[in-house]
Amino acid sequence: MGNVGAKDVPVLLSPEGLRLDGRRLDELRPIRIEAGVLHQADGSAFVEWGQNKVMAAVYGPREVHPRHLQQNNKAVIQCKYNMAAFAVDERKRPGLDRRSQEISKVIAEAFESVVFAEEFPRTSIDVYIEVLQANAGTRCAGLVAASVALADAGIPMVDLVPAVAVGKVAGQIVLDLKKEEDNFGEADLPMALVPQSGRLVLLQMEGHMTEEELGRALDLGVKGCRDIYDRMKGALRERYALTPVVGGSA
Amino acid sequence: MKPGPGTYRVGGKVYASVLGLVSTRPPLVHVTPLSGRYIPKAGDVVVGTVTDVQTTFWLLDIAAPRWAPLHMTGTPWQIDVGETDRYLRVGDAVVVRVENLEATGRIGVTMAGEGLGKLEGGTLVRVSPARIPRVVGRGGSMVETITRHTGARIAIGQNGRIWIDGSPEAIRRVSEVLRMIDENGQRSGLTQEVEAYLRSTAPDGPVEPEERRSPPAHERRRSDEPDARPWGGADGDTPPSFRTEDL
Repeated sequence: MGNVGAKDVPVLLSPEGLRLDGRRLDELRPIRIEAGVLHQADGSAFVEWGQNKVMAAVYGPREVHPRHLQQNNKAVIQCKYNMAAFAVDERKRPGLDRRSQEISKVIAEAFESVVFAEEFPRTSIDVYIEVLQANAGTRCAGLVAASVALADAGIPMVDLVPAVAVGKVAGQIVLDLKKEEDNFGEADLPMALVPQSGRLVLLQMEGHMTEEELGRALDLGVKGCRDIYDRMKGALRERYALTPVVGGSA
Repeated sequence: MKPGPGTYRVGGKVYASVLGLVSTRPPLVHVTPLSGRYIPKAGDVVVGTVTDVQTTFWLLDIAAPRWAPLHMTGTPWQIDVGETDRYLRVGDAVVVRVENLEATGRIGVTMAGEGLGKLEGGTLVRVSPARIPRVVGRGGSMVETITRHTGARIAIGQNGRIWIDGSPEAIRRVSEVLRMIDENGQRSGLTQEVEAYLRSTAPDGPVEPEERRSPPAHERRRSDEPDARPWGGADGDTPPSFRTEDL
């Protein structure tokens, strides 16, 4: 018998070039976005993305708590990403951990670069992201949900912020990793795009890929983000029962 | 085109910064938000609740981005320093008017003026501030319909806070109607729908549609009146009088 550990690694890519769930390399998992799902929040959204389920709620602009965080020239954006104990197979220890603190921070910073925070001095815009079921890519799903929730809350922004992860699996650059691909793949590259300007406001990487692969991965991710962007706008139109309009510019 | 409210400009192009409806009034393009918190405007009459009591002022939650300080000089009462909590306490509801807005985001409000004061009893409900014009209706038609069918007293704040007083049944029916308006804000013919609903749920059994009686002249509202009138009530144009605490 050979290596026992190697037997546990699933075949990530079929000889036909299809992935575990039958997707092509550049194919997203199914996404459903619903805006305005919570009554108490100023804005909210629910995202089902593959086997991820994420809820986001936005409150504000409102009084800052704790007070010392108040900025007298702009709103502060406070983000709390949390994963439910039941979101993964093995019970996750509930509460703050290093991972959730990091994700909260990078998502808050992504929004800081799109929200017109100067319009609401001395206030706070509070973003809560709850991951109810996780299957890789929850920071992107959370960011997408929170972005739709911010728009639902009427917060002035440069644009919505679509996000997606790209990665390297079985030597190939693939879009939107699922859990097995994330666990057994060679690299994971979550990113968030501002479609209006083409700027990336979140970019992280784990694993290894060559410079050439990175370039291709970024291109693939931008394409994926634009796809998600359309669905985000669709969710908001549905919420406000608006007939489709072309483009984002007036 | 120049960027108006709700928009921004980059490289000669104007983009929407909020979710809303575009309208063009040359040379401006602006976007009217469909959602969002109440953004205070000077002159607005709003319903708020007391969140903090200081020696010379109260802080009011008027559903705006900031709490609004109400100074004791901005009330109809003669108050000594330190006696503020004998007049308004945390949780009390009041009707105030937005007086001035500072660049710091501070919202100055006053409770001195006709139709302003403390609200006694009743219930507060919230609707989206974007729905207030629908709640009032053209020339006050919606609020007139509601009060005529329920006998409730209603105070509408531009901030989306609405105070209702009357029998428990009246309060329940008005709340239900406000929920309908909040959820179907973009639908036309809402006033008729609301009227049909109120008829079918009348406590003494459904009321047959009747010829709409013309209100007496003193109750009639001119159509050129602003829709922002905060008051509607069974007693017509007279704003409800507020009892201040007997001290």
